Amino acid sequence: MLVTILVAGIAIGAIYAMIGLSYNMMYSTSKVVSFTPGQLGMIGAVFGAWFIGVLEVPLWLGFLGAMGVAVAYGFFTELVAVRPVLKSIEQHLYVLTTLAAALMIQQVVAIWWGTDPRPFPTLFGLGAGLASEKYWLPVVACFLAFIGLELFYRKTLWGAAFIAVAEDAEASRALGIPDVRIRVVSYCLAGFIGALAGFMGGQLLLAFFALGATLTFYGFVPIAMGGIGSNRGALIGGFFLGILQQAANYFVGGVFVGVVTFAVFITLLLLVPRGLFGSAVARRV
Amino acid sequence: MMPTGLEAIASTDLPPLTRQRPRALWAAAAVIGLAVLLPAGVNQYWMQIGTLAFVYWVLIAGLDLIIGYAGQLAVGFVGLLAIGAYTASILCEKASWPAFAALAAAGAAGALFGFLVGLPSLRLKGFYFAMTTLGFSTIVTQVALGWERLTGGGIGLPGPMFPAPLDSPVGFYYLALGMALLATYLLRNVAFSNFGRGLVAVRDAEVAAEAMGVPITRLKLVTFTLSGILAGMAGALFAARQTYITPDAFTFDLSVLFFIMVLIGGRGRIVGPMIGTLILTLLPEIAAPLVMWSNFLYAVLLLLVVLIVPGGIAAFLERLFVKTAKGEGLDAPAPERLNAVLGQHASPKVLTLQGVALHFGGVRALDGVDVAVRPGTVHGLIGPNGSGKTTLLNAVSGFYAANSGRIVFGEADLAARPSADRAALGIARTFQTPRVVGNLSVLENAMLGAYRQFTTSFPAVALGSRHGVIEDRAIRQRAADALAAVGLRRLAHLRAEQLQHTEQRFLEIARCLVMQPSILLLDEPAAGLSHDEIEHLQALIEHIRSLGVAILLVEHHADLVFQVSDEVTVLDVGRVLAHGAPAEVRINPEVINAYLGA
Repeated sequence: MLVTILVAGIAIGAIYAMIGLSYNMMYSTSKVVSFTPGQLGMIGAVFGAWFIGVLEVPLWLGFLGAMGVAVAYGFFTELVAVRPVLKSIEQHLYVLTTLAAALMIQQVVAIWWGTDPRPFPTLFGLGAGLASEKYWLPVVACFLAFIGLELFYRKTLWGAAFIAVAEDAEASRALGIPDVRIRVVSYCLAGFIGALAGFMGGQLLLAFFALGATLTFYGFVPIAMGGIGSNRGALIGGFFLGILQQAANYFVGGVFVGVVTFAVFITLLLLVPRGLFGSAVARRV
Repeated sequence: MMPTGLEAIASTDLPPLTRQRPRALWAAAAVIGLAVLLPAGVNQYWMQIGTLAFVYWVLIAGLDLIIGYAGQLAVGFVGLLAIGAYTASILCEKASWPAFAALAAAGAAGALFGFLVGLPSLRLKGFYFAMTTLGFSTIVTQVALGWERLTGGGIGLPGPMFPAPLDSPVGFYYLALGMALLATYLLRNVAFSNFGRGLVAVRDAEVAAEAMGVPITRLKLVTFTLSGILAGMAGALFAARQTYITPDAFTFDLSVLFFIMVLIGGRGRIVGPMIGTLILTLLPEIAAPLVMWSNFLYAVLLLLVVLIVPGGIAAFLERLFVKTAKGEGLDAPAPERLNAVLGQHASPKVLTLQGVALHFGGVRALDGVDVAVRPGTVHGLIGPNGSGKTTLLNAVSGFYAANSGRIVFGEADLAARPSADRAALGIARTFQTPRVVGNLSVLENAMLGAYRQFTTSFPAVALGSRHGVIEDRAIRQRAADALAAVGLRRLAHLRAEQLQHTEQRFLEIARCLVMQPSILLLDEPAAGLSHDEIEHLQALIEHIRSLGVAILLVEHHADLVFQVSDEVTVLDVGRVLAHGAPAEVRINPEVINAYLGA
């Protein structure tokens, strides 16, 4: 039993962690916490299922297709819901615009794909039982994404530019770094990472239009825990939440998983509003 | 709607508030008349849509206080609607309560959960708070689905049945109309009160609100509680109208719909959100063929409203009907009117700082400072940039906590008191960059100063207490006097954001005076002022001093400081470099060397 809880918990946790990475990616260059990362996961699952399961295109093409849709949606989000409200960020209008962007894609998918969950095709058919690919694929993808991002930030010029924009967009612009282009790229990249979560976790999550709302919430819990901007925090928080939910599922029943999650979420936020790995508060006066 | 509000205006020499013109009263009467007559003119189908609009409005009236006035992005209000609906339905179905008792219980449950939903808003902002409310509404539906014994799970349960004649469609229509009017009355009373101004101040200028003594925690929670009551009762009515409820009736989309109703109407307004509620209730009926796309259209609408018309319908209407005057500059100040403002002001108190030290990391911003400011004197505080002058003000007004040393005001040790309480003790301050509440009128800004002097409670004000209206009138008169004293009489009706920078400085001083403070902390009041304006300022400071108020003046304008001060303290890198009478300090070689220059 314990093994099942751990295996399933780590798999689900990896999905949440990737959604968390997607949150961080958007936040880093724009200081916007967007409502869309969960929808990116949904896009990865639904479009993955459509390309591979329905259109029966080759695996690699289906993967690229699903990622492409998510990247396009990330681009759209930046253009429509983020850029116009960045000037007055202290009004938190991005909460509303990104929520609108999230609801738009959700409704389009609900109409086009239908409101019933559909199965996600088996990708490689490797492993069975607890060693089935549906459990380890998301974990592998999550670590690849995490390590890839670390390498990107530390080893590449673009990564250094990302960090500069994240630290101070205005100062980087003064240094000649194209901060707007970097923001756009970060939203596309966030689209990729978010969709990766949905695609690799598709066999666990199913291809379901309402996945987006759930993932947006559950993927934010690790962020609240680890502190926004901290990828390590998102990873640790994600695995913690995944295991906690599987345990809650086993001990108190599926319906109350949400209640337990919410209780943890609100307690953490109120006790450590900046998260365990978060940065200090800005001065007010 | 409220004649008392108009009397209050008529009895003073103030410019009328545009919001309370008789024309608005006529319009309100016409709308109510139309609503009362509607059942005679339309068929049952349209009447029930009217009922739904009223039920929604009961909730929206409360939500407008939260989103519009307090500026809290609560996106999960459907959770409170569901709690009200289930409370009423369960009490009627399982415990056979009478419908009106169940309605009251739904309000009580709404109050409790409204309070709980509001709690995170004390620490969380923006997305974080929005997410807690979204999580809350998700949980409510999940519990409704899971707790089958009580809620009937996915099968649901019947809503409350009101007794005849309210059980007929017409009867229920009038019940909903009555509740909608009640909600409007509560909203209006709060919105135009001390509390409404306090909420807008918390939204637009939180630091200034604190400095004026607005108890932010209590004000937010009581507002969330009121909006919870309204949402809970709306839920009971909603369940009665539906006749049968399941968790499906409370999807997140409904929350989004509520949000758009307020936004499209205009945040922090009353008529706008009312029109928004009506339009968005009607829209699905008119656009029936598009029903599949309705949620998509709501999302597009949300985006468009935020990006294109952030002020909503209200801003549009105001542009049509309300003439906006341009600033005309300051009047000649009338300091003699200060006597009426500061008349029966608080007992004179001495402010004493003993060995106050304050560090930011390794930087010693204050390093053992002693200062005493006595009533009826001006204490000038000068020093180079970064010498700790503003830090000292922040330590006194409670925005920073001193690491060591004592700050005593009169008898009270200030150490453990939050800034809002220090304001209540009679410590008033201005800011280097004026912090006014842009969306309130100049007069309303000045009235904020007296926030802590209102004695009428929030519930009493909401219910239209006569005492509250009388108090409000007195404060309005005092604020008008203070504005006249500083020279802002003719600009009193403008929105504060329409004032020029220098005019905002004088507004801040007027706001402090309305507080009837024992001590006034001025942070570079002369910065950016013209020669004439500095003379006004000097006359004003001298007059305030003559009325027994202590003044701590931080200023770079050395001439002003040395002319007006009784004592001068010079700070340098967090320490007192010199202290004494202006004439002595001015010729102190160290001061000349460090600050004044030869």
